Amino acid sequence: MALIETDQLEKKYEVGDSVVYALDKVSLQISSGEFVAVMGPSGSGKSTFMNVIGCLDEPTAGRYLLDGIDVSQMDRDALAEIRNEKIGFVFQGFNLLSRTTALENVEVPLLYSKQIPKDRKDKAREALKLLGLEERQHHNPNQLSGGQQQRVAIARALVNNAPLLLADEPTGNLDTKTSVEIMELLVRLNEEKHITIVLVTHEPDISVFSKRIIRFLDGKIISDKENRP
Amino acid sequence: MINIPSTVKISMRALRVNKMRSALTMLGIIIGVGAVITMLAVGKGASNKISEQIATVGSNLIMVMPGSTTTSGIRLGSGSFQNLTRSDAEAIKNECSSVATTAPIINGSAQIVYGNQNWASIVYGTDENMLEVRDWTLSSGRNFYEQDIRSATKVCILGQTVVDNLFGNDDPMNKTIRIKKIPYSVIGVLASKGQSMMGQDQDDVIYVPISSAQRNLFGRFLPGTVRQIMVKAKSTEELERAEKQIKELLRQRHRIGPNQEDDFTVRNLTQMMQMAEEASRVMSLLLAAIASVSLLVGGIGIMNIMLVSVTERTREIGIRMAVGAKSWDIRTQFIVEALILSLIGGLIGVILGIVAAELLSFFAGWTILISTFSILMSFGFSGLVGIFFGFYPAYKASLMNPIDALRHE
Repeated sequence: MALIETDQLEKKYEVGDSVVYALDKVSLQISSGEFVAVMGPSGSGKSTFMNVIGCLDEPTAGRYLLDGIDVSQMDRDALAEIRNEKIGFVFQGFNLLSRTTALENVEVPLLYSKQIPKDRKDKAREALKLLGLEERQHHNPNQLSGGQQQRVAIARALVNNAPLLLADEPTGNLDTKTSVEIMELLVRLNEEKHITIVLVTHEPDISVFSKRIIRFLDGKIISDKENRP
Repeated sequence: MINIPSTVKISMRALRVNKMRSALTMLGIIIGVGAVITMLAVGKGASNKISEQIATVGSNLIMVMPGSTTTSGIRLGSGSFQNLTRSDAEAIKNECSSVATTAPIINGSAQIVYGNQNWASIVYGTDENMLEVRDWTLSSGRNFYEQDIRSATKVCILGQTVVDNLFGNDDPMNKTIRIKKIPYSVIGVLASKGQSMMGQDQDDVIYVPISSAQRNLFGRFLPGTVRQIMVKAKSTEELERAEKQIKELLRQRHRIGPNQEDDFTVRNLTQMMQMAEEASRVMSLLLAAIASVSLLVGGIGIMNIMLVSVTERTREIGIRMAVGAKSWDIRTQFIVEALILSLIGGLIGVILGIVAAELLSFFAGWTILISTFSILMSFGFSGLVGIFFGFYPAYKASLMNPIDALRHE
């Protein structure tokens, strides 16, 4: 069953007289359990695609079904709820809360759940443990290395058991060795936990870890094929 | 649903990050609340003191004095005419429905001697109703009997100051003192009243039967005339009616024609003092109002800092929104933060205000009264200020676009 299904998805910006299509009638399906890399040069629309898929941005036209739910017409708060329940984000800049311990950072999504779980500390600890960070749970982000910070961010993305993980240039700020570690971690999560991963990157070295590569140019999909090593 | 403890925890952490800034922001509220508390304490203290003094003079009092006389074109002051009589006092008591009781007075100063001590005091000739009129009780002994008044017995009731000066620690009861060399037997001692509003020592008095005062001490008063009549109205509401009734009755009794002026003066003591009380109350409210302006300014300070804080933490807001915070969550977060600022400020302000008021009372000797109401009110008000001035920044934060917020550097 398709986790992500878009139909003629369109996002346009009006700049003065001209209209720019950041997404131009994008239709695709991503099934549950896939590991997809979205590639393209800057301005190709891959980031906009990511934002719309991540329910951070609303399309100007078209339909988007996430896990069978039509989210294209939802309001801010309903989208926030969807993000909380269905999506985990991993960003290039980690985006952890400063002066907040790793554990508390991981806990944040649980605080905004419809039912705040009583055992949210345990859940957060479990997620950190999965990423091998239980020793570091009381450290603040500035006491952690880049790779560790990104792993905290991944733990935060996983803590609500969201079926979809969106990673926007997750290795952009990391060295090659750490990048490989993070990517192997994502592959493991995809294979062992069957988490659907959509990864935006412009580095071919990173995209090789995925099973399917979608290329964007000028808001359109120009290629969509399986990635065979 | 929002989780209150964690919201408070997040807010406290955010406030701790900028300790100096949070402290300065609170300072506005601290000064505001402190000023309100102190002003209310001082104002309440002052008006309370006045009410207390009103109570010592006696409540619902009206004074009736003779009018002025004109001799060969020279007008003498009020009270110079001896045209009020004891029967006027009786008539007022019996015929005016709004009057509870009356007491006639003739008075003068006299030297009093006991043993080898002497003391100059004011001697009032009056009757057995005096104590009731002035809401005065005896600390020992008895009031005059009607018999004492009728037969001009040489008995007296002493004020506490007189007792202290003549007797020291001795018991004055049933001792004989000499007023203008006339022996009087002490039958009672008045409870202490302290100073009057004008600073007079109200306890420096001696009461004797009016008949005896007229016959033995102050012969210049014509028999039956009095210096003044003190009237007690039945209640505060009846004061004005009593005043009117007295005027009508006395005009009739003194046979004053419709176009003639009164030959007596009626003064409503309580009303005068209530005006003084009212004035001090208005004054204290005014002071509190001025003080609350600084509370308002403190609130604007909170809004200012919250706006800065929202801008600074745009990225944090973006992160929270990305992981599922709704507008309401973000709004609550910042309102709670403003509320914590203002409530902590309010709490410190309450403490400082109380300390300042106590210092004023200790060093400047001002009467203060710190009421629970003023504490609760100013504390509650500081909370309202926090919510009110925190709302706009919080609202602004909640409307942010998560994508832009995340990109914010």
